[in-house]
Amino acid sequence: MAEIKSHIGTQNKKGQTYTDPWKMMHEAPRNPSFYTGSEVIKEALRRASCDVMIAYPITPQSEAAALIGELFAEGYIGDYFRGESEFAVMSQCAGAAFGGARVFTTTAGPGTMRAMENFPMWAGARLPIQMIVTCRGINSPLSIQPDTIEISYLLNTGMLVWHAETAQDFFDWILKGFMVSEEPEVHLPLALCCDGFFVTHTKDVVNLTPTDMCLPPYDPYRSPVPCMDMECPPVRMMRDPFIMKSNYISYATHASWQQEIWAAVERSRKHTIKWINGLIDTENTDAEVVIVASGTAVSQGREAIRLLEDEGVRCGLIKVKSLRPWPGEEIREATKNAKHIFVPEFNVTGWLAKEIKATIPNSERVHAGPHVCGGMTMPPEIIVSEIKTALGLRSESLAGRGS
Amino acid sequence: MSKERIKISPDLYDIMPSDYQDLVQSATYGKEDRGWKDIGTSKELIEQHSLCAGCPESMAFRYILASLPNPEDTVMVGSTGCTSLVFPMVAVHNIHSLFGNQNAIASGLKRALSVRFPDRVKDVVVLAGDGATVDIGLDMTLQAWFRQEKFTTICFDNELYANTGGQESGLMQKGFVAKMAPVGKLFDKVRLPEIARESGCHYVVNCTVSKPSLVEKVIRNSVLIAREIGPTYIQLYTPCILEIGKNSMEGLQEMRDSEKPTERFAYKEFVSEPAKQFLAELAAKDKERKAAAKQLAGKA
Repeated sequence: MAEIKSHIGTQNKKGQTYTDPWKMMHEAPRNPSFYTGSEVIKEALRRASCDVMIAYPITPQSEAAALIGELFAEGYIGDYFRGESEFAVMSQCAGAAFGGARVFTTTAGPGTMRAMENFPMWAGARLPIQMIVTCRGINSPLSIQPDTIEISYLLNTGMLVWHAETAQDFFDWILKGFMVSEEPEVHLPLALCCDGFFVTHTKDVVNLTPTDMCLPPYDPYRSPVPCMDMECPPVRMMRDPFIMKSNYISYATHASWQQEIWAAVERSRKHTIKWINGLIDTENTDAEVVIVASGTAVSQGREAIRLLEDEGVRCGLIKVKSLRPWPGEEIREATKNAKHIFVPEFNVTGWLAKEIKATIPNSERVHAGPHVCGGMTMPPEIIVSEIKTALGLRSESLAGRGS
Repeated sequence: MSKERIKISPDLYDIMPSDYQDLVQSATYGKEDRGWKDIGTSKELIEQHSLCAGCPESMAFRYILASLPNPEDTVMVGSTGCTSLVFPMVAVHNIHSLFGNQNAIASGLKRALSVRFPDRVKDVVVLAGDGATVDIGLDMTLQAWFRQEKFTTICFDNELYANTGGQESGLMQKGFVAKMAPVGKLFDKVRLPEIARESGCHYVVNCTVSKPSLVEKVIRNSVLIAREIGPTYIQLYTPCILEIGKNSMEGLQEMRDSEKPTERFAYKEFVSEPAKQFLAELAAKDKERKAAAKQLAGKA
């Protein structure tokens, strides 16, 4: 902490003032700006004191990744280059983080899958890399359309996983994400996910912090594991490397290391709650019908609730912001009055509904749907229809769906 | 890192492991002209290893660690394989992350160190086996060279996958019968030194580790050229005596047999024009320094 405090109030080479992160995010004046999600990622990075960003083209994150290149050219990022594949990029990110840099990257869909071997390694090596995931389809035949299936693969990597609904979430959470990730008792990578196109390629009014304020630089010496820069004693890690040994000490070491990663995810809970104001947001959860969603499915759910209100059906809303750490307690509490719980999702398997079913009592209350996938949009009307059908209410037939 | 950093508090001295005490007392961090001749008179940067008795890789490791020009500010990157059994006992920061991604890790690492320490030298040295360098990691090996990343890549070429039990690799000789090559390998040994030259490496050497003085020269050149000019590649024959049916004492002879002029590990070297110029300048400076020392000694 002493290191961070010593920077606050001083200026970087671009004339930005290193600012207390809490004050910057909560007290500094905000400037409403009309930006695409991709531009918002760039604006967040401008204020993030990022040392290394590594890019690779894949729709729909290419624009954001290229815009950060412009920031590098302007002198806001320490180093920036295009890697050769997502697997390589995520390894390059790891190398930079091992070397004590604050590291940022972006990916999507098939890129997330190609890079997958790296993510448990990032968590295991306690590298607080931030990765934006602009979700898209991963199936064959090839699809570039929005689809959140890739998030389900990230949930068991040991990374923190957040799911932004709007560009405003995105702007705030990128900056706040570094603060949570870099806590010494956390020190884990963060996958900050959003729904591709819906968030990246649409314009929205976003309240930005002043451009002349930025986060204090990352201090690698607060890491719970040594930074690989030969600035601390190069102790021999072990006499008899148990990496590949088959004996009890080896198993116990690996088991405790994995447990420690998940303990660190657990310890991130209080910091996540503090920084993003709770793991979930709730509205009217005293209602008998509740929608639980993450990402842009929340926006569609909110619109469906408005339509249902017009018809006299009262419906609550739970917005799940953090998937890891998982808001189990919060969801149990917020759904305790609900008789029907609907989980609209942009993927074919309904991973969020499965997580919720595994969390709450009387899980038959969970209606896993509606699902759309492969790039389909989710008109609020299909959420309304799903809810009314389940409740036994007459539903207007939707065009092309029959009834 | 200066040697100051590894000093032990007097109050804790007696409880520190003896190999750490030795490191503080007689390791050669910061020593100019360190090299293989320090072996035996100073603390080596490698402690015990768990490689097979007589494994040439263990000799290669010792020579390389004795020859790094700047170990106090060098970070090494390894990969999965027999080398990953040794790295935990190396007193230079080193990273193992995944199999085959070593040159990608090194790219990110070198850039981070350059951002964080713009006014200081921080060398990065990759050391991985031939499976990691040429097969699973070839893409990242080459791309790091294309991008002119300023670090050294050392490949321990034992012409097979040793750690998993002797399977065919790209650097294996054609016709060799191995696991996964049940009727003999059907294609030629990959010519990575030539590919390295064409891919932008400024210094490429293919040799064995039979002569420590040669390994010392090659490693020193490769690290200094990578630091100042661009990527360098060293391919060292470290035969897996176990998998080619040799005894512990036969590794050295195997290397000597394989480095004869017509053999596949005959010494081959490529030096780019900028690297030649750099080496000439180094040699001139060295000469000057030695002459000055001699003069000083004469006066005394």
